[in-house]
Amino acid sequence: MKKFLSPVIVGLALLTAVAGCDKKEEATAANSPIKIGIAGAFAGDLAPYGIPQKNTINLAVEEINAAGGVLGRQIEIYAEDDACKPETATNVASKLIGEGVVAVIGHTCSGATIAAMSVYRDADIPVISSSATSPALTLGGQNPKFFRTIPHDKAQAELQTKFIVEHLKAKRVAVVHDKGDYGKGLAVLVKEGLEQAGVEIILFEGITPGAVDYSALIRKIARAKPDVIAFGGYHPEGSKIVSQARKKGLKTPFVSGDGLKDPSFIKIAGKYAEGYYVSSPADISTIAKTKEVTAQLKERGQQPGNFGLQTHAAITALVNAIEKAGSTDSDKLAAALRSNTVATTLGDISFDERGDVIGSGFSMYIVKNGDWVTVNY
Amino acid sequence: MVENIKKSSIIAVWFIFLSFPLVVLRVDYIDKTIDYRWHNILWIGIGAFFISWVWRYFLKRKNESDKSSEGKNQGTSASTSRFQVQKIFEHKFALLGILIAAAIVPQFMSTYQTSIFITAMMYVVLGLGLNIVVGMAGLLDLGYVAFYAVGAYTYGLLNLHFGLGFWISIPIAGVLAASFGVLLGIPVLRLRGDYLAIVTLGFGEIVRLVLENWDVVTRGPSGIPGIPKPAFFGVKLGFAGNMTYLFYIILALVVIAMVATRRLQSSRIGRSWVALREDEIACQAMGIDTTKAKLAAFGLGAFWAGIIGVFFAAKSSFVSPMSFTFFESAIILSIVVLGGMGSVLGVILAAGILILLPEYLRFMADYRLLIFGALMVVMMVFKPGGLITNIRQQYTLPKRNSKEELAELHSSET
Amino acid sequence: MQALNESGSFFLELFFSGLTRGSIYALIALGYTMVYGIIGLINFAHGEIYMIGAFVGLTVAGILSILQFNLIAILVLAALFAMVYAAAYGYTIEKVAYKPLRGSTRLAPLISAIGMSMFLREYVILAQTPDFVSFPALTEGLFDLGAFSSMIQPTELVILIFSFLMMAGLFILIKKTKIGKAMRAISQDREMAMLLGVNSDRMISLTFMIGSALAAFGAILISAHVGQINYNIGFVVGIKAFTAAVLGGIGSIPGAALGGIILGLTESFATGYVSSDYEDVFAFGILVLILIFKPAGILGKSTTEKV
Repeated sequence: MKKFLSPVIVGLALLTAVAGCDKKEEATAANSPIKIGIAGAFAGDLAPYGIPQKNTINLAVEEINAAGGVLGRQIEIYAEDDACKPETATNVASKLIGEGVVAVIGHTCSGATIAAMSVYRDADIPVISSSATSPALTLGGQNPKFFRTIPHDKAQAELQTKFIVEHLKAKRVAVVHDKGDYGKGLAVLVKEGLEQAGVEIILFEGITPGAVDYSALIRKIARAKPDVIAFGGYHPEGSKIVSQARKKGLKTPFVSGDGLKDPSFIKIAGKYAEGYYVSSPADISTIAKTKEVTAQLKERGQQPGNFGLQTHAAITALVNAIEKAGSTDSDKLAAALRSNTVATTLGDISFDERGDVIGSGFSMYIVKNGDWVTVNY
Repeated sequence: MVENIKKSSIIAVWFIFLSFPLVVLRVDYIDKTIDYRWHNILWIGIGAFFISWVWRYFLKRKNESDKSSEGKNQGTSASTSRFQVQKIFEHKFALLGILIAAAIVPQFMSTYQTSIFITAMMYVVLGLGLNIVVGMAGLLDLGYVAFYAVGAYTYGLLNLHFGLGFWISIPIAGVLAASFGVLLGIPVLRLRGDYLAIVTLGFGEIVRLVLENWDVVTRGPSGIPGIPKPAFFGVKLGFAGNMTYLFYIILALVVIAMVATRRLQSSRIGRSWVALREDEIACQAMGIDTTKAKLAAFGLGAFWAGIIGVFFAAKSSFVSPMSFTFFESAIILSIVVLGGMGSVLGVILAAGILILLPEYLRFMADYRLLIFGALMVVMMVFKPGGLITNIRQQYTLPKRNSKEELAELHSSET
Repeated sequence: MQALNESGSFFLELFFSGLTRGSIYALIALGYTMVYGIIGLINFAHGEIYMIGAFVGLTVAGILSILQFNLIAILVLAALFAMVYAAAYGYTIEKVAYKPLRGSTRLAPLISAIGMSMFLREYVILAQTPDFVSFPALTEGLFDLGAFSSMIQPTELVILIFSFLMMAGLFILIKKTKIGKAMRAISQDREMAMLLGVNSDRMISLTFMIGSALAAFGAILISAHVGQINYNIGFVVGIKAFTAAVLGGIGSIPGAALGGIILGLTESFATGYVSSDYEDVFAFGILVLILIFKPAGILGKSTTEKV
């Protein structure tokens, strides 16, 4: 049994290898719909980030299809939920590829995007993410056909560093993170930036998300007397830490990234959120197209959420590229994405060599009277 | 009938009471608003009414069949043993059938389906590995995922720093995970049952935390991306080809693991594990070195987790601490218990159900984990012994009449 | 001298923060240990009962605050309802998921418990919300500590006082009343107790209900202190409380209380003097260390097995 099993397996594998090669590359008939995949957290605890992304894509695609589609073909959307889990993300990616999509918009989280990237690379499919901010995605050069409509964390960290040094004039900073991919990544970048600027890092520690309380750590921070506390993470932990710190009588300003700029942060932390600084994509609510999209979403009882407008920009850029390239061929599509500037909900954007967005940046916000206000400095 | 209606109605009212503050009311404390969802009462009531009816019916049937089988056991043992022998054969054919089907199947499946079947088969091997520790040796291990993580990171890191390939990493990871298993085994030798459970759970968490915090070596929470898949004799296969290749590798691993556990089970060490599980003190009294047996169980169990870890890293081409949470250990343990503790076919079926079910329940997106959890309870309540009860190997003597036996006895005496 | 004072007060701060956390662990660990003592089952769904208690408390507090009750009345009623509901959930879960499994293998109820715990989490996600929601600071105004408030916050003091009262009440119940005697009898020898006329099913249900109510009480106190809850809060707390129960010797009620406090203090001092990065490593590390020297936990009885 064992003796002849291995040649059989090798033979079978060979067969499938040959057969597998021509599995895709069908369905490019002139009038068949163009399939576009979207992937992200559409269920589970991170769904508040993913669902607005899905909604804005549906909005944009309905509009395009109503106007006759692109290249005379309709667009068909395939949505898959990855719950922000890396191992699910790779399954979802292969599922989308199996459906024959020409490009994918997603995923929501950096970890899931990184995990799925090699699947897309092997299948030679362009990917545009509207919320994955890990620097490794573009700077690492994993997939030459990866693009994103959101600036990466390095830009954000640089802004935070500059703000802490120049505006808050801090000399001693405590850096705290949530041990997560996003939170710790950002915290490390901020720490390195501050050290280069000659600021003393008096504490660099990770909290355990879901722990009962953080009072021991807050007491440790209070004892170290920092000028500023930089926190890398998402809003649930952020609001817990800031409320406990303020209750303890700690008045040190906090600085965080876009993971905290969520309406529920202010809602939960309430009065304790006042004066909290965050860096987040620049205010775009004055752009005409943005107003239009926001109004349309509101009509459907939906919100643009944190990344909805970035997602709308991603689908706009993709459709524009398909039109300019005149085909859905992967190489032509990637080239068209790189070489064209397109008017979107983020303003006029294009992509650089590495796939990062040009024309959209971060600015600093502060919580004032229960709302986010841009800080001018 | 009337009795049933009365019982079910009471239960329905009880569940409406239970679910009322959570399912009907939703209060926003900040905005001072209450969201009433009265229609949900109806669903809960109707659901509880009928489910409790069905529940009672099946519970009654289960109890009756338990009783009747008890009665049978007191009868002739010969008939039951023949029945069992037959069952073993059935299992063999079922296994062979599954294997043959599995071998042809990727030819007809989409890449996505191949991919989730690969995942299911990974869990089959993990289940078989944990089965050595839990099923055979009776040591409750809630931190099995730690060894899986050790394997995955071994390949990830060896590849990152030294460019080592998939095939060479497999034995290294297996041996490394096994030594971790022995390492964990030493301090917990004296512990029993649930003490062991919590220490192994802690060990699993510690391994994950170290992976998360020890940035310099493990790259922390950002994980290791871009881990290569095994090359097919130097040929690049493309995406679909790669998946199919991985499918056959894991199929081969499943076969090897199956044969290995089978042989292990009837080996000297396998039998000493069973003795250890049944009664540690008696086992010691029989001259079995319990220390050695326990460490061997931990080591061999961990060995398989390490190998599958390498395979996991290759398949997803990305490892991060997020993939190795307690939930993962719980799922693997559920596969072992649900499968019926020690039954190979049971593990295959359970892995199939627990891994494929959530994938195919995707169309119910929101409800799939709810159903999944409920199903775990239901299966345990109605089949606490698992899907397939493991039959211990029996050595049957040629059958004789008791009269003949007596005669022989007499004749030998004279 | 100044430095000594400062480090001394830092030590005290960490001590109180550890004690607070530890008393919450202890309250929940009691539920684990009571259930384990009486039927030898690790009730993995116990952390989820804690979470459900918090959500029921939030619902009640929300309604009452809309009706403009005063803060103390809200606190009392929210805690009461949470405890009643948690007890009802505990009772139901025992009847559905564990009772039919009595007498089967040791692992089957464990898997049933894991399934139940998943079910309850998803149930709350669907019925309420997957997001974090804010929980009212019900206990904030109860004490005014003045100058001592830098050492210990009022909400922490509330947790300490009430959880110790609860535990004392439980000890009296177990040691002095007839119910307690019956429970102890069952945990020693169930069949013998039944022969002597103890209704074992009722006692088991009661044990689940008391354990669940204690968990819900802990949930209200800690949620009012932290200010937010979601469906996942029971997970980490559940595992930690379980660790505490084992640390103290599972099955032993004073052991659970002691284990909880040791665990809380360990975590607090580990964060304060080492790093919060490895908080959990210390927590599990001390568990392993204690179990190596005392394999049945601090106050656990090491049973000599008969052959």
